[in-house]
Amino acid sequence: MELLSGADMIARFLQDEGVEYIYGYPGGAALHIYDALFRQDKVKHILVRHEQAATHAADGYARAAGKPGVVLVTSGPGATNAVTGIATAYMDSIPMVVLCGQVMSHLIGDDAFQETDIIGVTRPIVKHSFSIKHPSEIPEVLKKAFYLASTGRPGPVVVDIPKDMTAPTERYEYVYPKKVKLRSYNPVTRGHTGQIKKAVELMLKAKRPVFYTGGGVVTGNASEALTDLVQRLGFPITTTLMGIGSYPQGDRQCLGWLGMHGSYESNMAMHHADLVIAIGARFDDRVTNNTSKFCPTAKIVHVDIDPSSVSKTVRADVPIVGPAQSVINEMISLVQGKENAHPEALDEWWQKIDGWREERHGKLYEPSQPGEQLKPQEVIEALFKTTNGEAFITTDVGQHQMFAAQYYKFAKPNRFITSGGLGTMGFGFPAAMGIKMSYPDDEVVCITGEGSFQMMMQELSTCKQYGVGVKIVNLNNGSLGMVRQWQDLNYKSRHAHSYMESLPDFQQLIESYGFTAMRVNTKEELEPALERAFADKHELVFLDVYVDPREHVYPMQVPLGSMRDMLLSKTERT
Amino acid sequence: MRHIISILMENEPGALSRVVGLFAQRNYNIETLNVAPTDDPTLSRLTVTTIGDDRVIEQITKHLNKLIDVVKLVDLTEGNHIERELMLVKVKALGAARDEVKRTADIFRAQIVDVTPSLYTVQITGDAGKLDAFLQAMAPVGVLEVARTGVSGIARGEKVLNL
Repeated sequence: MELLSGADMIARFLQDEGVEYIYGYPGGAALHIYDALFRQDKVKHILVRHEQAATHAADGYARAAGKPGVVLVTSGPGATNAVTGIATAYMDSIPMVVLCGQVMSHLIGDDAFQETDIIGVTRPIVKHSFSIKHPSEIPEVLKKAFYLASTGRPGPVVVDIPKDMTAPTERYEYVYPKKVKLRSYNPVTRGHTGQIKKAVELMLKAKRPVFYTGGGVVTGNASEALTDLVQRLGFPITTTLMGIGSYPQGDRQCLGWLGMHGSYESNMAMHHADLVIAIGARFDDRVTNNTSKFCPTAKIVHVDIDPSSVSKTVRADVPIVGPAQSVINEMISLVQGKENAHPEALDEWWQKIDGWREERHGKLYEPSQPGEQLKPQEVIEALFKTTNGEAFITTDVGQHQMFAAQYYKFAKPNRFITSGGLGTMGFGFPAAMGIKMSYPDDEVVCITGEGSFQMMMQELSTCKQYGVGVKIVNLNNGSLGMVRQWQDLNYKSRHAHSYMESLPDFQQLIESYGFTAMRVNTKEELEPALERAFADKHELVFLDVYVDPREHVYPMQVPLGSMRDMLLSKTERT
Repeated sequence: MRHIISILMENEPGALSRVVGLFAQRNYNIETLNVAPTDDPTLSRLTVTTIGDDRVIEQITKHLNKLIDVVKLVDLTEGNHIERELMLVKVKALGAARDEVKRTADIFRAQIVDVTPSLYTVQITGDAGKLDAFLQAMAPVGVLEVARTGVSGIARGEKVLNL
């Protein structure tokens, strides 16, 4: 029998659970745990410079590696600083376990130094949370936390640990629980066969079908199965922002992504479809536009692992609750041998779609002329070329995020890593850091803007400490581009606080950390700078690329309209 | 439509706040709320009455089911059920009103459970409508204080909500 203190149990449990990295920041209530981590070397602790970055780094790691990200923070401000990152993970269904120090049990409720009711604060943004009541329950509670975080519809789990639970003097028996059971939690393992049959019948009858797939396909490891199904049927497919890469974007059947800034052909196809097959997507308001005008002629099949996602905003004609992979596989076995049911109808549908494609071909934006300021879109296209489309791309939030999603074509899932649901500025850089540590030999690029980057730029110091060689492409337009765009469109170009006065000299700033930085002003400078940036995989390089601040993201759906109601440029509208 | 949802949940600290928080967070409404442990000490039974159209009620039950602390739930209004609420009311009982209160209480099959020279405390059980009617009847006499437990309920017949 092994007797361990609560703190040692935590360290041991993390080892036994196979945790590679834990991102955190020490403080009073977490010090016993920090001491236990210090006395072992299997789990690597990464010291960030702000707790929000710890959660984003763990989040990036989780998205890329498909395993729960782990965070350790102290009580009070340590925990509250982590809140934005927890909410980000919650909105995008990312598995994460956040261990929070807490003041000693007998002080709870006394407004003790650095006390916050973090269980209460995070209640609406976690899948579940636990408070440790006795050191002996630590192994089981932690196992439950990891189990909940990573199964079903994944999400963050917070574990609140009062300091006396980790006291080095109190030792209890430690056994690693290989399995846990929760009587009220049984995530579905497969969909209802009758419903799947109904869905397939509709698919085989459809004349204008379209797949609409989301992050659930990515998290559910269902990309391969999805690709198989879509190619068998020959149907067009559009993905959500979170679903990018769940089907190879370069393929002819892929229409790009849909919604507010989705591709023209995606939104047109959705609007005219007679069958929408939604898998692992949640009919978010940034996708549907006005739900009462959404896909007026379509029947809706909705596959999701979370029953509460089904028929939440748009009523499903065939609801299927189940994990994407098993449902898709069942669909494949039903479809087999019956593909190509209506070749003429499908042909006609494709002609229509190709027509929409053709309409916008070459009209997406006006490239810069020699000597002119760069367009943000062309920077992304050049980056795509330099990295052969194989890099992990993280983004912050705003115009650069949309441009990255539009112009970098992803062939694989888990490569486009962005805060889709919460839209958290500051996400991209720490997320890139978390990914690069577990994929040191891959290129990891944070596409950002000068607004977002300044929200988390303190992490340059973390990158220096651990030698994290991410690349940062700063699309610098000297303004909060997306805010400015909305102000142009809705507020007669009154740019209320959407400009960035007093920007730092990013080159000097980055160099002060000992990294390489380059300033890029023109097309001629861009390619050599990119070549130089990607010369060494292990070197952090920052490109400060000055781009045209007047550029808007198009297409852009018209508020309260249908899927097809879009602004296509500053002067065109559907 | 008014619905009565009965929930079996883990008898643990924080479970109640998750259920109540869900209603606030998602803008669902709570008309009454009633919670107490059951014969199984690990379980509490919580009954909530809420108002919403079918879509909202479907979302409420789905989101409640998603909470890890919620073990099982039933929408009692989907079938035949018994609905009860207990109310304690202090009413003025002076002069002629003293008899009037007693008579009305008898009509409602309510009991007077405490007496002072100037007031009666009446205990009454029934569905929400009956309790409302009693309060209305007492209004002219003068209602001083009302304590209602909120609705509790159970399905009629063989249907049982347990593990």
